[in-house]
Amino acid sequence: MKLVNPSNKRKYDIIVVGTGLAGGSAAATLAELGYNVKAFSYHESPRRAHSIAAQGGINAAKNYPNDGDSVYRLFYDTIKGGDYRAREANVYRLAEVSSNIIDQCVAQGVPFAREYGGLLDNRSFGGAQVSRTFYARGQTGQQLLLGVYSALVRQMNAGKVAFYPRHDMLDIVKVEGRARGIVTRNLETGEICSHSADAVILATGGYGNVFFLSTNAMASNVTASWRAHKQGAYFANPCFTQIHPTCIPVSSEHQSKLTLMSESLRNDGRVWVPKKAGDYRNPNDIPEEDRDYYLERLYPSFGNLVPRDVASRRAKEMCDKGHGVGATKLSVYLDFEDVISRKGKEWVSEKYGNLFDMYRQITGENPYETPMKIYPAVHYTMGGLWVDYNLMSSVPGLHVLGEANFSDHGANRLGASALMQGLADGYFIIPYTIGDYLAREKMCTVKTSDDHFLRAEKVVKENLEKMLSIKGSKTVDDIHKELGKIMWEHVGMARNKVGLKKALELIPKLKEDFWKSVHVPGDMNEYNPELEKASRLADFLELGELMARDALHREESCGGHFREEYQTEENEAKRNDESFSYAAAWEHKGSDSVPKLHKEELDFEEVDLTTRSYK
Amino acid sequence: MKITVQAWRQNHRNAEGRFESYSVDNVSEDMSFFEMLDMLNNQLILEGKDPISFDHDCREGICGTCGVMINGRAHGPLSGTTSCQLHMRSFKDGDVLIVEPWRAAAFPVIRDLVVDRKGFDRIMEAGGYVSVSTGGVPDANTLPVSKKNADLSFDAAACIGCGACVAACKNSSAMLFVGAKVSQYALLPQGQVERASRAKNMVKQMDTEGFGNCTNTSACEVECPKEISIVNIARLNREFVRASF
Ligand SMILES: Cc1cc2nc3c(=O)[nH]c(=O)nc-3n(C[C@H](O)[C@H](O)[C@H](O)COP(=O)(O)OP(=O)(O)OC[C@H]3O[C@@H](n4cnc5c(N)ncnc54)[C@H](O)[C@@H]3O)c2cc1C
Ligand code: SF4
Ligand code: FES
Repeated sequence: MKLVNPSNKRKYDIIVVGTGLAGGSAAATLAELGYNVKAFSYHESPRRAHSIAAQGGINAAKNYPNDGDSVYRLFYDTIKGGDYRAREANVYRLAEVSSNIIDQCVAQGVPFAREYGGLLDNRSFGGAQVSRTFYARGQTGQQLLLGVYSALVRQMNAGKVAFYPRHDMLDIVKVEGRARGIVTRNLETGEICSHSADAVILATGGYGNVFFLSTNAMASNVTASWRAHKQGAYFANPCFTQIHPTCIPVSSEHQSKLTLMSESLRNDGRVWVPKKAGDYRNPNDIPEEDRDYYLERLYPSFGNLVPRDVASRRAKEMCDKGHGVGATKLSVYLDFEDVISRKGKEWVSEKYGNLFDMYRQITGENPYETPMKIYPAVHYTMGGLWVDYNLMSSVPGLHVLGEANFSDHGANRLGASALMQGLADGYFIIPYTIGDYLAREKMCTVKTSDDHFLRAEKVVKENLEKMLSIKGSKTVDDIHKELGKIMWEHVGMARNKVGLKKALELIPKLKEDFWKSVHVPGDMNEYNPELEKASRLADFLELGELMARDALHREESCGGHFREEYQTEENEAKRNDESFSYAAAWEHKGSDSVPKLHKEELDFEEVDLTTRSYK
Repeated sequence: MKITVQAWRQNHRNAEGRFESYSVDNVSEDMSFFEMLDMLNNQLILEGKDPISFDHDCREGICGTCGVMINGRAHGPLSGTTSCQLHMRSFKDGDVLIVEPWRAAAFPVIRDLVVDRKGFDRIMEAGGYVSVSTGGVPDANTLPVSKKNADLSFDAAACIGCGACVAACKNSSAMLFVGAKVSQYALLPQGQVERASRAKNMVKQMDTEGFGNCTNTSACEVECPKEISIVNIARLNREFVRASF
């Protein structure tokens, strides 16, 4: 790999879009190395990003508990957990740097949980038989992001990072085929403006909100990735979506988002439903012998800690068979009675207090006394922009980090691995790999007054003006909810050919409806949250179609992608390694054309492809 | 139930503000306060009116983006709760809710209920970090921290930077926010090297931003959604004095 000489680094400008865990850590580290960084976020501050909501923890192969963990085991678990649809080399590197992340965060003053002896504590997460998850109560993402933020403000203070708050990136700008800049809208004033650099990094998060209801933050969206896709960046495995098994169930039509109850709760909580379908007794009145702890029954060795895709499907199945509980009959119990009687309420509250409080605030029920009701919800997107080993997309100079890329989690992400990946990408990978790109390329000088930039600005403006001019009869949320329903029904937890074809008819119709009947109030030159939402929805509508197309073409089940036609006798996902052991990278061919599929074959040298078993 | 919302409306930083009254029907108890505002906004948009702008993102009480005054209370009537976590079961049919932005000179209004809290970032820039760069740090377990201090440090680090403490304080003081950050580091071995300069620089920036001083009324502690203890202000004072001699 080529290097950029230390004194030459200050000659390069790098744009980082997104200051969550991945982008924030990249921006800070690149600035420490000497690059000039311009960082952008639609949030008001880099202390805010969707990353902050992560609860459970972050994995690292430290083997502190001495329970047999190693770099290889973390690598193996991640590949297997992803149902053999991730690239081996990337995952191995991820496992290798995982330990450095913990060292780095501790040095910054991140207050991880500790034991009485003063050393760091660990817990277990789904899909692993070792304890390798570091955590900070139920607020791990918050503490890690505040650590990143502290590194970033230090560089802002040093003048090495210029941060642009409340700036929405609406396009990338290519010059001579390379990514050389972006177009942004200042969300407070509405001003459209461009920025140039020698390389562009997107760390703009996942696209779970295409389903309207998800555990993602309200503003999380696909726009940055989607606009880059339209400029030539391949979108890989868009249909790989993670449905998280433990979320607070939907209560009404007005629901605006769903709340996760961390997977860590499955360490001590036991999942059950009444044995008899239609048993609507109060849970505390249902005796042991009438309860079905179905995960413990079906998976004696992993029990309640099976991976997310498996736990979600089993919950759905139980509800489909009439064992569901709660007002909508679309939930199962997560019960803490056992651990409370074994270890006491105080112990439980020390470990999970904030989650219990959150549950109580939302539902009005006290989980110390009555079991939680949970149901699966859209949570994470494994798919994303395709990147090579150096995290560069198919557009030279455009790099993609964190949840926005597709690289490490295959068809299913294990718990506590997204934080690890985001920080690995930002702290330890891109700072090296971007040097290789910069050192190799001879770059022409560009100015934002050049034609390329002016043209891009014009396109962005026209697009927004068009949305504002419709003034139809539906609000952005109305249409987004419709899209969410189509996606959940046909491109959700269980998919089949008929449903996916239906989605491919319905989504383009809805898109047409959007451009005919959306009502976006106000104008462009002001703070206008409805306009932000409309512009994001326009991209979700196009992405939704690609997701359905990808899910239809993948005639196998793997990880979070479950095609009803392809299952084992035990209703587990049935892969087809012969035909589908590849990453599907889609190339945009224009709005009215079918995208082109590129296949990156996955070679497995270190692990044997087996059928996942968690029995 | 039926709720009346009297909301502060202000088009931009320099515009005059005013209250406007709206009535919202069919509010259900299970709705969050923001879902009630969503419903109202949907209604306003379809009537061709401007929806009410408010800041929010996670809607789980962790990102610190949201924050409004409801009937004079920062984040509304419940203690230990952010505006986004407040549910309509805390109110009853016929209630009138007066909804305002944070009021403080250091937090100018951007639009309606949305304010500019960049002052908090600038305070953090002045010293809210440990000066370590990426790489070359020791193994995490070479630095034991007593569980007691780790827990106290965590309690302080739980601040979400929402600004309710400033809004609740008659002096618009940011001492609880600054005290929480200074405490987090002062309680950890990692924070020792820059302990004095951090306290001094952050306090200096806090004054520059126009936040007021603390006169020990504890309103901040009462309204803080993360229940950050006022002990952190006492610690900030000690750290500041210690740093000045
Ligand atoms: C409730 C919840 C709990 C979770 N818990 C865990 C856990 O315990 N462990 C774990 O490993 N993972 C967890 N995850 C997953 C993990 O939090 C995320 O995958 C990860 O934080 C994503 O980080 P990121 O930096 O890639 O993106 P984000 O944190 O989403 O950051 C995106 C950034 O990009 C900016 N941005 C996006 N688009 C634009 C644009 N167009 N213009 C300008 N800026 C833009 C945003 O402002 C933001 O700064 C959880 C996720 C959720 C939803
Ligand atoms: S101290 Fe409390 S009220 Fe003040 S910013 Fe932090 S969390 Fe908000
Ligand atoms: S919206 Fe995140 S704390 Fe309220």
